[in-house]
Amino acid sequence: MTIPLLNASGCLDPLAAPDVARSLDVVVTKTITPLPRAGNPPVRIAESEHGMLNSIGLQGPGIDAFDRESVPRLSELGVPVWVSVGGFSADDYALCCARLDGDDRIAAIELNLSCPNVEEAPETAAELVAAARGATSKTLYAKLSPAQWDIAESARAVVAAGADGLSLVNTLRGLALDPVTLRPRLARGAGGYSGPGLRPVALACVHACAEAVDVPIVGMGGVFSGRDAVELAAVGASAVALGTVLFADPLAPARIRAEMEPEVAALGSEGLPGNRARLLSI
Amino acid sequence: MRTERLTVVSNEPIGPYRLIRLRRSGLEAGTPGQFFMLEAPGRLLPRPFSLCLAPAGELGFLVDPIGAGTRAIAALAPGDSIRVTGPLGNGFDLSVARPLLVGGGIGIAPFPYLSERLGRPPALLGFRTAHHAEAAALVPNAEVVLDPTLVTDALPDDPGDVLACGPEPMLDALALRVPGAQLACEAPMACGYGACYGCVVPRNGSYLRLCIEGPVLLAGAA
Repeated sequence: MTIPLLNASGCLDPLAAPDVARSLDVVVTKTITPLPRAGNPPVRIAESEHGMLNSIGLQGPGIDAFDRESVPRLSELGVPVWVSVGGFSADDYALCCARLDGDDRIAAIELNLSCPNVEEAPETAAELVAAARGATSKTLYAKLSPAQWDIAESARAVVAAGADGLSLVNTLRGLALDPVTLRPRLARGAGGYSGPGLRPVALACVHACAEAVDVPIVGMGGVFSGRDAVELAAVGASAVALGTVLFADPLAPARIRAEMEPEVAALGSEGLPGNRARLLSI
Repeated sequence: MRTERLTVVSNEPIGPYRLIRLRRSGLEAGTPGQFFMLEAPGRLLPRPFSLCLAPAGELGFLVDPIGAGTRAIAALAPGDSIRVTGPLGNGFDLSVARPLLVGGGIGIAPFPYLSERLGRPPALLGFRTAHHAEAAALVPNAEVVLDPTLVTDALPDDPGDVLACGPEPMLDALALRVPGAQLACEAPMACGYGACYGCVVPRNGSYLRLCIEGPVLLAGAA
């Protein structure tokens, strides 16, 4: 068996790095919102202990320009494209999903329900998924935040509302201080924490959700090696997304794929303990 | 974009800085002002450096050990190897009639290679101390000023085609004095190839990714 590799949304611009995009099984776009967004002021990036913080704030061209200028070029990469959709209300999610609904160049939609760097929509995750479900028949992945006491309950709610799969997990909110001034290093203060420090959190979330719901799960959070990817699959992920590691090493997909092979082979015919081999729509 | 593991050939002090030479392997030197992402051993993210020297078979980088990442790179020993990606971004436009290189501190890093490619034009370099100014020996035809004199104090009335790199206040002051100057800018950067949107600078009401739209930007385009 093979474990498909994706990029985590916001961690790759497939058009700026087509070679990296082609080394993945699926590319996921940066989150698209109805209107163009400038994003948050810099400083946006800080390395932290065992990870990094980002505060990008959903910088993007808006759905119109994305649809007109990016989708045709993305479709020429020869890699299935998932579009990450975000917004500030249920209507925002519905609007973007309706625009993508009839477009065969888009394989699936991931709903970013948990960006830690912008104001949240007032609706619950399940309400946002229901709004998206009403606007499209496309495969919908719900991307959840790990910052909740019972993520399994959330998983059940979004699946009941129409999600076809889960993306687990988004970043955790974190803060880093300048070593001299002791002021926050990011202009907006806190940011999304990613990297190896997030790995055990992601494992716990995937494990809990795989027990709770019967849909495919894309596992992500601090994957830097083939072993890390195999561990996520072992607790129930059908595919694994790479995030921070792509910043550190553009060649990471090929390396991680090569590292996974002997790890999986060593398990023999029993295969991975938690993997129910649910197919993704890729 | 190309990524390879490169071996350290030498590491020598230049004033308070370190000059790290790597065996070039399959990487191109690129245009002066372009940059490379260098793995910082023990750290999560690589760090961006403009190319300082491009002798045959080697890539040379001038490193100011001011943080955890730059200290890790400054501590590399001959024989060590690190992952290097590059060349990245847009370098200086070399089609200039009367070049003048204007730099401050570690900002002189791209000038040795730039000077060679432009035929050793005049350079005006500012440093905090005489110890820092030892790095000026890497740049031919350099006039050096020391703090509190600023390079903008020593700038000729008709400076010609300015190609600059240095601290942000220096670049801001130059942008006012010399519209059209080419400014090599810097920002905290996670990836160096357009993926993270971390290294943005404000231009014309939006944020540009410095790694793919820069790092060399024209003054006056703000």
